[in-house]
This record gives sequence, structure tokens and C-alpha cells, in this order.
Amino acid sequence: MKQVKTLNGKVLTKSVAGGGCGECQTSCQSACKTSCTVANQKCENIK
Amino acid sequence: MVHCFTWEGTHIVVDVYSGAVHIMEPAAYALTEYYAAHGWEDTPPQETVLAELNAFAPQDLAQAYEELKELVEQGLLFTPDAYAEIAKNYHNQPVVKALCIHIAHDCNLRCAYCFADEGAFGGTRELMPEEVGKAAIDFVIARSGNRRNIEIDFFGGEPLMNFDVVKSTVAYARSREQETGKRFRFTITTNGMLLTDDIMEYINENMVNVVLSIDGRKEVNDRVRCRVDGSGSYDKIVPKFQKLAESRGQDNYYVRGTFTRHNLDFAQDVLHLADLGFKQTSVEPVVAPFDVDYALQYEDIPKIYEQYDILAKEYIRRRKEGKGFNFFHFMVDLDQGPCVYKRLSGCGSGSEYLAVAPNGDIYPCHQFVGNEEFRMGNVLKQEEPFRRDISETFASCNVYSKPACRDCWAKFYCSGGCPANAQQFNGDLNKPYDLGCELQRKRIECAIAIKAALAEEEE
Repeated sequence: MKQVKTLNGKVLTKSVAGGGCGECQTSCQSACKTSCTVANQKCENIK
Repeated sequence: MVHCFTWEGTHIVVDVYSGAVHIMEPAAYALTEYYAAHGWEDTPPQETVLAELNAFAPQDLAQAYEELKELVEQGLLFTPDAYAEIAKNYHNQPVVKALCIHIAHDCNLRCAYCFADEGAFGGTRELMPEEVGKAAIDFVIARSGNRRNIEIDFFGGEPLMNFDVVKSTVAYARSREQETGKRFRFTITTNGMLLTDDIMEYINENMVNVVLSIDGRKEVNDRVRCRVDGSGSYDKIVPKFQKLAESRGQDNYYVRGTFTRHNLDFAQDVLHLADLGFKQTSVEPVVAPFDVDYALQYEDIPKIYEQYDILAKEYIRRRKEGKGFNFFHFMVDLDQGPCVYKRLSGCGSGSEYLAVAPNGDIYPCHQFVGNEEFRMGNVLKQEEPFRRDISETFASCNVYSKPACRDCWAKFYCSGGCPANAQQFNGDLNKPYDLGCELQRKRIECAIAIKAALAEEEE
């Protein structure tokens, strides 16, 4: 029986190469205004 | 670094520095926990390991080891930290790409928990003149460097109390797009009291996102979100919000509430909003000094965690039944999401993201407005020096500059927390608001667990 199921790849490691274009939305502008969550933001370069 | 947790019987491992997430059988999970505590070993489990994990069959542990080893070799488990240097060098030349424009420092509600001092932000009630709105647009264009996308959020107070200036500011920004090569994206936050069909039409044509303030159930909403005469706002705003949400195709908006100590059963408020037909919801913990009656306390944490669990289970159930909705804090994109640079630097307040008060004063973000210590300049006073020192201080904040984040598994999901909260509670931008961190970690666990549950369902 397989012991591990991997849900996703090395997303952080891979994203280093892009260099961070900075075109993405400011997280606080989306809805929060009092907390800080970035993991639900979209990358502007991925359509 | 890994984070191991079990949710509803599912064992989940987050590999912090690669971003990979794994669902594990008990033997692999136990072995991962063992190596997390003792360090990874390049040889199969020896006698001491097998003795400690003797609840599991040796063949299961052997297979688990082989699978873990493969993950380590692929850079998906026990991945070393490779971002400290990046953090040091990023943000060397901050540019401004987003403004929170306080179009109205006045409000037609008197919400008890309002951090904006019911619209006045500690000052006088005033509306932003047209010239300030235009000067704010000129300011952001001048300071946005090579960035193409510029975001403008119309905030208050209540922005609809000064809607003509919203419109003139939008028109002015649009008029400068071609010449400057910029693309403006507008959003607005409103309590809905003044929404009309004409305003909805305008919002739909011009705003990429709209945040609609409502706290949930009628009794919860009306206890806090009151009109000047003390009556509640629920009955007036719900039909308007429903109409606006439908007219936007149930997308690109949020109904957004705040929960306090008075409604620690807030999962019911989120579900109430979903039952009203809203597909995009956000209900956030109030951030308030510990000495006010509605403030969340450390002793409330177990109850709040329980509520997030209740909400997550119902969230999954509704998704599986095809009646799903989005909850802002449970939305996490494991496959893509933001790059590591974004995750290091967070909201960009004080550097990429600034707030402009009705009189043109500039602050690091909407939560600093009115705090003179953090006043950075004024969009009307070009001759006045811009406080680059404040900008640089904020720009230098990231998950590596905050000691509390060093050993936290969730740092790349929250990016080090809200600087305004850190300043408010600890007087230090690099010292996060700890109660907020506790809740954030729980929300992220739930968000990941939801992904895991839905992935299992798909198989």
C-alpha cells in the first residue's frame, strides 16, 4: 500500500526563478483590510 | 522544516520551504514526525527508529522510508531554506503600486468595533476634495516606476458618501492610462446603505472588485453595525447586496464581515451569508485591544478553532454536493499561488501600498491613517519631502526580519502578518500580533485540509 500521496509540487522553489515581477494584486486590497493572507492571491503571470 | 497535523483522521505534512503538501498513511506520518524531530537520515530506519515506532509493521516503515527518501531527493520533503538571501536583497527600490484612497472620513453607520473611529480616523469628519483624488493619481503614477498595474481602493468611512469624487478620480485615472502606459484597477469597500441601481451599474462597469460589509446573521450584524439612531442595517443592505452580487455573476466581490467575542459561533454567520446566496464570503476576527468587551482573548482560541473546523467540514460537504461557496481564508492555491517574493514581503504596506487621507496626507496603510508618527507626506505638497525613511523601514520587513516567524511553518502563507497589527499591539513592525498568528495558523490548516479532502474525493 502506497504510504504517501503528494498533492502538489515544489511551488515555492520553482517560483524563485521568476524573480518577482511585482505586478500582482496587493493582498490587503482584495478583502481583508485587517489581516494578512497572501497564499490565496493569484500570480499575475499565470492565466 | 515540516509541519505535521491531523485533521478529521487525515495525516497531512506541509514541507515549508518547497510548498509541497503530502497526505500520509500512519506509518509514513510517524516516520516523518520522527525525522522532523531527529533530522533526516540517509539510511533506512535502524533498530532505534524501529523500536520507537514499534506500533507499525517493519515492512510498512521500510516502504514509507523509500517513499520519503524519494521525496527528499526530489526536493519535496525536508527541503532546506533557500530564501534568506533573497529576502535581504528584495525590495531595494520600492515603487508604489497600490493606494487606499480615503474618499470619505465620514460614515452613516456607527459600528462599535470600527478601527476607523466611525469614519473620522481620530480626526474631523471630512470628504476628500476632487483635487486631492486627482493628486493621488498623479502621485502613484509618478512613483510606480515600471509597474504597469496600479490598484486603487476607495475606502472610508463610507465611500458612497462622496461618490462624485470616486467618479471624478476614476475618470481622471482613466484619462492618464494611455499616456503613461499604466492600467488602473479599481475596487471599493462599502456598507451598502447608499447603494442604488445607478451606483451598482457604475461599480459593475468600473470596479474589478467590491467589498460589501455585513457581519452575518441579522442579530449579529445589527448589534454592531448600527445606524446613527441605533437601528440595525441588515434589512436595508441584504437585498441590495444580493442584487449587486447577482449582477456581477456571483464573482469579483466579497461580502465581508467581522466576528467579535459577541459571536464566537461565527461559523453560523458565514453559513448564513452562504444561505443568503452569496458565493464569495469573508468573515474575519476583530482586531481590538484586549481591554474592550468585544475583543478576542487567548481563552477564546479553542472555541474559535472549533468554529473553523465546523465551517471547514460544512464547506467540504457543500462543495461535494455542488453547493459550494468561497470563504476568503480557506482559499489557497497549492499548485500556483503567489511567488516566493510575494510571500516574503506580504502586503507591501508603507512601500508598495500606501493610504491617502481626505486632506492628502500619506500613510503606510489605511490602518495608520491619523497616526502622525507615520505621516509620510502629502499628495498636494510636492515641495514637502516624502518620508523615504518610513518607506524603507516597512520595505525591510519580511518573514526573515521577524524573529517570531523564524520557526513558524505558516510564514509563507501569511507573509509575516499584518504590520499595522504588530505596531498596534507590540509597538514594533517586526513583532507580529500573536493572537492573530494563532488564528491564522488554524485557518491555513483548515484551508490545506479542505484541499486534501477534496483531492481524496476526486479519486
